[in-house]
Amino acid sequence: MALIELRNISKVYHLGGEEIRALDNVSLDIESGEFISIIGPSGSGKSTLMHILGCLDSPTHGTLKLDGLEIQNASATRLARLRNEKIGFVFQFFNLLPKLNVLQNVELPMIYSGISSKERRERAMQALTLVGLEKRCKHRPMQISGGQQQRVAIARALVNNPRIIFADEPTGNLDSNTGEAILELFRKLSGEGRTIVLVTHDPEIAARTPRKIEIRDGKVAATLTPEFIGQRSSVTT
Amino acid sequence: MNLLNAILVGFKEIWAHKFRSVLTMLGIILGVSSLIGMSALVKGMENGMREALVAIGGVERVRVQESDIPPNQQHRADQATGLTMNDVYALQKNASLTRVIQPEMRFRNLILSRGPKTSNPWNFLGTWPSALEMNEHRIAHGRMFNEVDDELARPVCVIGTQVRDDLFGSPEELGYEYNPVGDQVTIQNQVFTIIGMFEHYESEQDRKAREAERLAAAQAGSITNAAAGPSRNRGWAGRGRGGGSWVFRMKNNTVYIPLNTMWLRFRASSGANNTPDNRLTGMSIKVASADVLDPAIEQAHKALLRTHNGIEDFSFETQENWSENIAAAIKNARMSGGIIAAISLIVGGIGIMNIMLASITERIREIGIRKAIGATSLDVFIQILVESVVIAIIGGLAGLLTSFALVNLLGVIMASDNTPEITFTACVIAFSFSVCVGVVAGLIPAFKAARLDPIQALRYE
Ligand SMILES: Nc1ncnc2c1ncn2[C@@H]1O[C@H](COP(=O)(O)OP(=O)(O)OP(=O)(O)O)[C@@H](O)[C@H]1O
Ligand SMILES: [Mg+2]
Repeated sequence: MALIELRNISKVYHLGGEEIRALDNVSLDIESGEFISIIGPSGSGKSTLMHILGCLDSPTHGTLKLDGLEIQNASATRLARLRNEKIGFVFQFFNLLPKLNVLQNVELPMIYSGISSKERRERAMQALTLVGLEKRCKHRPMQISGGQQQRVAIARALVNNPRIIFADEPTGNLDSNTGEAILELFRKLSGEGRTIVLVTHDPEIAARTPRKIEIRDGKVAATLTPEFIGQRSSVTT
Repeated sequence: MNLLNAILVGFKEIWAHKFRSVLTMLGIILGVSSLIGMSALVKGMENGMREALVAIGGVERVRVQESDIPPNQQHRADQATGLTMNDVYALQKNASLTRVIQPEMRFRNLILSRGPKTSNPWNFLGTWPSALEMNEHRIAHGRMFNEVDDELARPVCVIGTQVRDDLFGSPEELGYEYNPVGDQVTIQNQVFTIIGMFEHYESEQDRKAREAERLAAAQAGSITNAAAGPSRNRGWAGRGRGGGSWVFRMKNNTVYIPLNTMWLRFRASSGANNTPDNRLTGMSIKVASADVLDPAIEQAHKALLRTHNGIEDFSFETQENWSENIAAAIKNARMSGGIIAAISLIVGGIGIMNIMLASITERIREIGIRKAIGATSLDVFIQILVESVVIAIIGGLAGLLTSFALVNLLGVIMASDNTPEITFTACVIAFSFSVCVGVVAGLIPAFKAARLDPIQALRYE
């Protein structure tokens, strides 16, 4: 059984009588430990898919099973726990809390899992060190650059040691060096056995993940796995 | 998220919007302080009235008065005797629950004079020595007249301090307390000897004020003694607005002479057509205790009906009516004051709700982010509710402090004998009410925040 099973998922928006199919009958299996990239042009439904995968949004049609749990039948509280413990989410637009400093932002998921303040601090600092921002921990999100904010968002997604990490364009605002470092970080996490799904519109990055899913107009255009299997060994070393 | 964290976040949120939070709290502060202030005023009133009730003899005291004959006995009106000494003796013999009996003859327009100075006392009574106990009088100088004085109809009198002040000058004028015992005064051309003087009666509040005044004067230096300073009043004058001070004023303005003396020396001159009148103007009885008030009155009623040949030309007037009226007045004051203060607290609560609603609208994205990374609806609910309650608690505490200042201020401004008194109960009630208001005001905003859908909240601009 796959870690995530997506069956005939559709997401339909109605805007002034016009029907927008952000996702159109998508079926997808993601195995535990996979490293996947989702690629597609702007407006093709990548973020929508990620939100549904991350149990943030509910589909109009179709079913989603995550780690054996039928999402559409789960209570809101159950989903909140799931998001808190098993899922790390890096948003396309960071979604940091402007009133909290960088450290407090990274600590936030642990507050909701009832971790003591001392341990919270330590683990948040570790996560910030991982993304190279330990020196900026007292700054507010507004006082750091877009790329740094993105890295804070990544640290926050990692801090609770989630099994699955969803990252929506995590390298979108980063220069190639920093982007490379982040990508390296994801590869390392993948090597630890975590499941990673990242959205990108950069074919170069997508080409370096073991599995690539291409989305066009809300439909899965192609899932290309076999040709990347050979590259997997080179990625993890 | 545990409660401590929620409280911490609540404090941060309040601190981040200091001005707005203070404005919001102001409603609660005013509500709490007006609730406590109101209750303190009523409590002060109650204290004053209770003091006054004790000063006029307590609830055990019952007045017996002549009254109109009931219509069905009108045909026997000519046989009505009125209150006489026979009634007094009958009560002494047959009313075992009556402990003290005090007959009285009262004539108005009897004026005491000493040289050019005169005094027209409010109470000029011919009575028995029992009047002392009946009316809660205490002798400060000399003695009360006794049975012998009464038997022999001696021309002696016991006076209150106001009468002394009128005839001899007040301590403020003289600079010292004049003791009139042994002095002689003239009452309608008859010479009387003053054998005793009562204490000066005043409310607790007036006593304190006077002592403070005296202390201040003493500190100002012994050179300027009271006589040299401006003539100050004796405590009550000009302060009569309060609930009970008139009672003390009347009590100080009293002259007692023996009943027989009154009888022999003044009755003839007072009869309507110069025929001596053997009626008493009234009498008071004191029952053994407040618990047996009703049976005691019943007993006395029976005894008097016998001496009056069954004609009911008398009635009993208890202080209970008075104290019931007081209780009712206090209850009314408490009710209306309480309702007004409660309304202002509720208005304060509406203020909190309003601000909390505005605040969650501002923070929809924040709530969305918190939910996206794992906050449950309950977490969000508690966070918003705690914030509202924290505002109410801070407001409530500040309101308690304000109320102390307010009540002190009221005490200074009003300067009546009803010093407002803050009670512990009032503080507890006001504070818990403000907390409840905070909870109720937070419920709707907290519920709205908890129900937000994470992804919609994240997209909210
Ligand atoms: N709340 C919404 N209401 C209406 N339409 C929406 C809503 N959210 C998304 N859409 C539409 O759904 C489609 C897919 O949006 P989505 O954000 O998933 O695109 P994307 O692939 O992430 O694009 P990008 O690369 O620009 O981020 C778009 O056409 C968008 O207009
Ligand atoms: Mg997107």
